[in-house]
Amino acid sequence: MDFGLTEEQQLLQQTVAGFLENECPPVRVREIFESEDGFDETLWKGMLELGLGGLAIPEEYGGAGLEILDLALVAETLGAAATPGPFLGHALAGLAIAAGGSDAQKQRWLPALATGDRLGSVALVGEDGGWLPEEWSLAPGAALTGKQRFVPFAHQADLIVVGTAGGGLSVVERGAPGLEVSAYPGVDRTRRVCEVGFSSTPAEALESGAGAADRLRDAGLVLLAADALGGASRCVEMSVEYAKTREQFGVKIGSFQALKHQLADMAVEVEPCRGLVWYAAHAMDHVPEEAAHAAAVAKAHLTDRFMQVGRDTVEAHGGIGFTWESDVQVWFKRAMFDRAFLGQPAVHRERAAADW
Amino acid sequence: MDLSYGAEYEQYRGEVAAFLKANWPLEGDEAGLSHAEQALVFRKRAIEAGFLARSIPKAYGGSEQPADALRGQIIREEFGKAHAPGDARGIGTMMLVPTLLDRGEEWQKQKWVGPTVLGETTWCQGYSEPGSGSDLASLKTRGELVGDGWVINGQKIWTSGAHRADYMFCLVRTEPEAQKHAGISYLLIDMKQPGIDVRPLKMMTGTSEFNEVFLNDVKTPKDWIVGKRGEGWLVSRTTLKHERNSIGDASATEALFKGLLDLARRSKRGGQPAIEDPAVRQRLGEIEGYMLSHKYSGYRQLSAQLKGENPGLIATMNKLNSTNIAHRIAKLALDLLGDDGMLDPQGQGALMGMAPKGAPGWLSQYMSSLGVAIAGGTANIQRNVIGERGLGLPRDMAVQRSK
Repeated sequence: MDFGLTEEQQLLQQTVAGFLENECPPVRVREIFESEDGFDETLWKGMLELGLGGLAIPEEYGGAGLEILDLALVAETLGAAATPGPFLGHALAGLAIAAGGSDAQKQRWLPALATGDRLGSVALVGEDGGWLPEEWSLAPGAALTGKQRFVPFAHQADLIVVGTAGGGLSVVERGAPGLEVSAYPGVDRTRRVCEVGFSSTPAEALESGAGAADRLRDAGLVLLAADALGGASRCVEMSVEYAKTREQFGVKIGSFQALKHQLADMAVEVEPCRGLVWYAAHAMDHVPEEAAHAAAVAKAHLTDRFMQVGRDTVEAHGGIGFTWESDVQVWFKRAMFDRAFLGQPAVHRERAAADW
Repeated sequence: MDLSYGAEYEQYRGEVAAFLKANWPLEGDEAGLSHAEQALVFRKRAIEAGFLARSIPKAYGGSEQPADALRGQIIREEFGKAHAPGDARGIGTMMLVPTLLDRGEEWQKQKWVGPTVLGETTWCQGYSEPGSGSDLASLKTRGELVGDGWVINGQKIWTSGAHRADYMFCLVRTEPEAQKHAGISYLLIDMKQPGIDVRPLKMMTGTSEFNEVFLNDVKTPKDWIVGKRGEGWLVSRTTLKHERNSIGDASATEALFKGLLDLARRSKRGGQPAIEDPAVRQRLGEIEGYMLSHKYSGYRQLSAQLKGENPGLIATMNKLNSTNIAHRIAKLALDLLGDDGMLDPQGQGALMGMAPKGAPGWLSQYMSSLGVAIAGGTANIQRNVIGERGLGLPRDMAVQRSK
């Protein structure tokens, strides 16, 4: 029995954290946050060189063949650094094709996704909402017509995996006729979202898309929970750091119990959740009968904790925490994204309740 | 990550189960003994077989097994399934025994460790006083050495089980001239003697578990001291750490949550089972998130312990986390009880590690969840510990000055 990380997994996290410390410090995050399209090619290329494009893509298709847990550990590390960029959508597109594609489809798309020569994304919600496969409404077929919202980095994406009515998945490639991408005013400027319009746009359905949709949903929930864990932990660290440096009445404000207790409560909200995220990720590959439940609970719980801790972090920083200049807003807004993307906590709690 | 126990441990589980099958429940004449007597008889056998008192040396009545947290876990699981008595619980095994093993004289270990781990000898803890709660080191109970013995005068409070205990381990000011923390000694006191007056304190649940203890010229031999004169504060630190680690128990939290689900199934909202009400389901779902986090956090700590790693920040959080969850459960339970939330718990006491059944039990849990948040260091003291020891925040100025 070993409920912990392997040396390789610890090394993976350290490697990614070390890379981000050099290539994506908060000042760089801010530059990308403020930029026009929120996409930094150098940073993304660096992440691809580390192999982050195809971590969970099978080795036979050019990936590293790792598990969802490994992917989640990377998501946590990226979340801690508020790393801007298309990791989430790209990873989910790869997982969708790996889980639902025919051999020919995998051969065709996965190697280029693994290297990052092509960028992937996912379009999983329509104009009327509904992130769950059973709620998808876009009519499937050889050509798609309609709109999908909140598609991460669609303006850079080379291929988009689209959820269709009946729980199927189709792939639309860049430059397809009738494909229209427009930037959406998303609150999280580290993960830009677009509206994507299809007008008799050619699409290719994944062979067993319906079977893959649930795994795609659960993997997405786990990655968001992991991102939230990383982000929330970083919020606690930032607040503690501030309380150790800021002085009032001639002493560090962290010595005042009112603030000390708030910081302790924030830490107690976050730290015990690490095991839940690990378990939910582990279950995806090893405890299939519990995977959906654990993923739903993890997403609901972690993204709620991140949002609450994000609010507390603003408060712990006082007036400065409320400014545009402060970095706190970057994590705060990632919490807003994590909470809503793939469905609000309440949606997933209701799903989890079905198992009681 | 590997959540299986592995073949070697599954074989061990078989050995534990076989022992239990042969030895519990007791048979023949022994089946007619009282519960307490049965537990003693069984524990002796389980210690001989190496299943209980595993960390206690054989010389002091334990089974002295190599440290193996996973075997410990398997034993707890199998004994739990068989409803067999496990290691004797209570403040004696939890706090006094580790302290004696760590700091006690040889004769003290010989005299007290064995009977305590067997459950034959029971203890109470004389720490808190009316004027000394969170600021424990300000305590005033005095001990003077007169001839061959200590004469102790003062008052202790919140003393759980004092009405049953054979002995008290007690913090006493023996060096009145010394600076606050350096003036305290750790004395052991026989509770069955004149001069000790135990008065039960009635709790808000209507039951009595703790007491006031008045000490009036109480006598104890000169060498019934653990550590040297004036070292009592340091000696007591060993034990407080033990208390804080052992209260956070994830499986009890899970049992409580399952009990809450049952209550939601049986309670009605608008003529339907409350569990079908979306608002109730959301609140249950929030609690499930906390409960599962606590559960897997426990796995993580057990695993770290197996590998000899320090689990880090989390170790300071278990108590606050589990009491927070118990509060959330208690509040929802009260709502589910509806009008029955106006009833009296009718003397139902707190149930350790079990989910309450019926309205009186839940009403008692609603109140006793507060008691747990206070005992063994209040929630706010826990927040200080997490903030200062866990997060490295500066100490409070007032506390600094008093040292």
